[in-house]
Amino acid sequence: MAQVTSERRERVPAAGPVDRKAGSGGAVTLGLRLLGIGPLLILALVVAAFGAIAPNFLSPGNLGNIAAQTAVIAVVAMGQQVVILTRGIDLSVGANLALATVIGGLVYRSIDSGPLVILAILLTAVAVGAANGLVYVYGRLPHPFIITLASLSICRGLALELAVGHTTMRGMPEAITTIGGGSTLGIPNAFLVVLAVAAALLVMSKAMVWGRWTYAVGGAPTAALEMGIPVKGVLVSTYVISGVCTGIGAVLLAGRTAASSPLYGNLLELDTIAAVIIGGASFLGGRGHIGHALVGAIMIGVIRNALNLMNVGVFLQMIVIGLVIVVAVEADVLRNRLEARARAIQAAGAQ
Amino acid sequence: MSTPAPAPVLSVRHAQKRFGAVHALKDVSLDAWPGEVLALLGDNGAGKSTLVKCISGVHTLDGGEILLDGRRVTLHSPAAARRAGIETVYQDLALFDNLTPAQNFYCGREIAFPHWLPRGFRLLRSRTMERETAAVLDRLRVVLPRRDAPVALMSGGQRQAIAVARASVFARKIVILDEPTAALGVRESRKVLDLIAQLRAEGNAVILITHNMEHVIELADRAVVLRQGRKVGELRPERANQQELVSLIVGAEA
Repeated sequence: MAQVTSERRERVPAAGPVDRKAGSGGAVTLGLRLLGIGPLLILALVVAAFGAIAPNFLSPGNLGNIAAQTAVIAVVAMGQQVVILTRGIDLSVGANLALATVIGGLVYRSIDSGPLVILAILLTAVAVGAANGLVYVYGRLPHPFIITLASLSICRGLALELAVGHTTMRGMPEAITTIGGGSTLGIPNAFLVVLAVAAALLVMSKAMVWGRWTYAVGGAPTAALEMGIPVKGVLVSTYVISGVCTGIGAVLLAGRTAASSPLYGNLLELDTIAAVIIGGASFLGGRGHIGHALVGAIMIGVIRNALNLMNVGVFLQMIVIGLVIVVAVEADVLRNRLEARARAIQAAGAQ
Repeated sequence: MSTPAPAPVLSVRHAQKRFGAVHALKDVSLDAWPGEVLALLGDNGAGKSTLVKCISGVHTLDGGEILLDGRRVTLHSPAAARRAGIETVYQDLALFDNLTPAQNFYCGREIAFPHWLPRGFRLLRSRTMERETAAVLDRLRVVLPRRDAPVALMSGGQRQAIAVARASVFARKIVILDEPTAALGVRESRKVLDLIAQLRAEGNAVILITHNMEHVIELADRAVVLRQGRKVGELRPERANQQELVSLIVGAEA
């Protein structure tokens, strides 16, 4: 409390008591606004900075590279975002993605059909997502951490077991390599897929009743129950959505590499969670939107790409990404603090 | 303001409730009338909360019955009670901090279209919901700093006002308020009391649980006192019988 007072004085040294309150309120509001657009602002600054330092960073070819490389993380991160909105977490996305490509690869070995392989990939990923959600909700688990950790292990093991030679299998139908690796009018198809998924999820989460329910469940799970929201159904649906996104990510990755592999998606769960947090969504649930996951994924892609261009080693990149996560999480904490202070100022104003 | 209806909107008849060896409600009966604030008084453990939870569908009665507009109802869940027109505001308010007042108002009963789709897939009519919410807040004279901000940014009194206003909109029969001023300062309590008076003026039946005698005397048209699960008194609270009320509550009548 003493700190608050001293800060107020610092900011508006000459004002009377009323102005002092208003000044602090204004500062808090400004701070909250800045935190709201912060990630986008930082992304713009980072792009500008790398554009100035790194050779060829802003060339169309390299921007296309970033878009293609970021696509998988971006799509899967958007699914992760939906799960995190409801205070959940999906640790299985990376292993699920690997398993989905392997199942797709096995189907491809017996029949060269784009639609069938895509269907196999998507169904696998959705089934894993649905299993996560059903076991979490109806198995009455306290938190989805353990069940998705278990399915991470199961999926990775299954993928390694099933893959021919327990390793990468070459070849994918042309339809898939076109989606994952081709481009239309100079824009990578993978990037277009990202936009399409983002648009669909945006409509679902902001315009549909289901979306409102996910925010409600994330914001206050008990209140959601009291208000008659089908909380269990909503929770299961978020893991299914995460599964769908993982399946689409699997199609993109299999397409870009024209291969399937039980080793794909290693640590993808961490990248996607990092993307959501870096993008500015709250890890505590209820806050954030698809744009956050997108901005976070692009931020990670941009940082990796630029550091590559500047010949910075992979290990150092990991350290940088980790530091960025720390900053993002602290920003989330700061936002909660500022909101509490805004509330206090409100109450003081009402008295 | 409104003429008293000929029949009570809610009647509880000979309510019995046991939790194992604890006999929480012993043959409690009460009526609530439209356009009236009924205070439910009693010390901690007197059975107030149990009674309210039975009316709002959290518990079911072991004996006795609940009548709404003279018709016998069984309320198996809070959702069923809500559908029957009974809205309860508990102390936790059941607000969604991350949503705006309008989103809070309609959470779980969104106005959406088209109707042939399952509820979750319908599209929100946000504009309509915002307009309706604004109209209700204006009518009840609830002043908020910003109506498009999440309620996390609002003070305790403002949040309480939002929860009470929400309940009043959807309560077709009765609004139950559980200690609405317990966590509030003097000024904010004042505003919530005014809001309750406004609800009464609009013809709502209000059941008010509170420990604050001043509020009871000022606001309540009738007071029902419970002690150890039994109804021990029912009277019109006034300055003159304040002492009597208190003795009924603590069970120290001479």
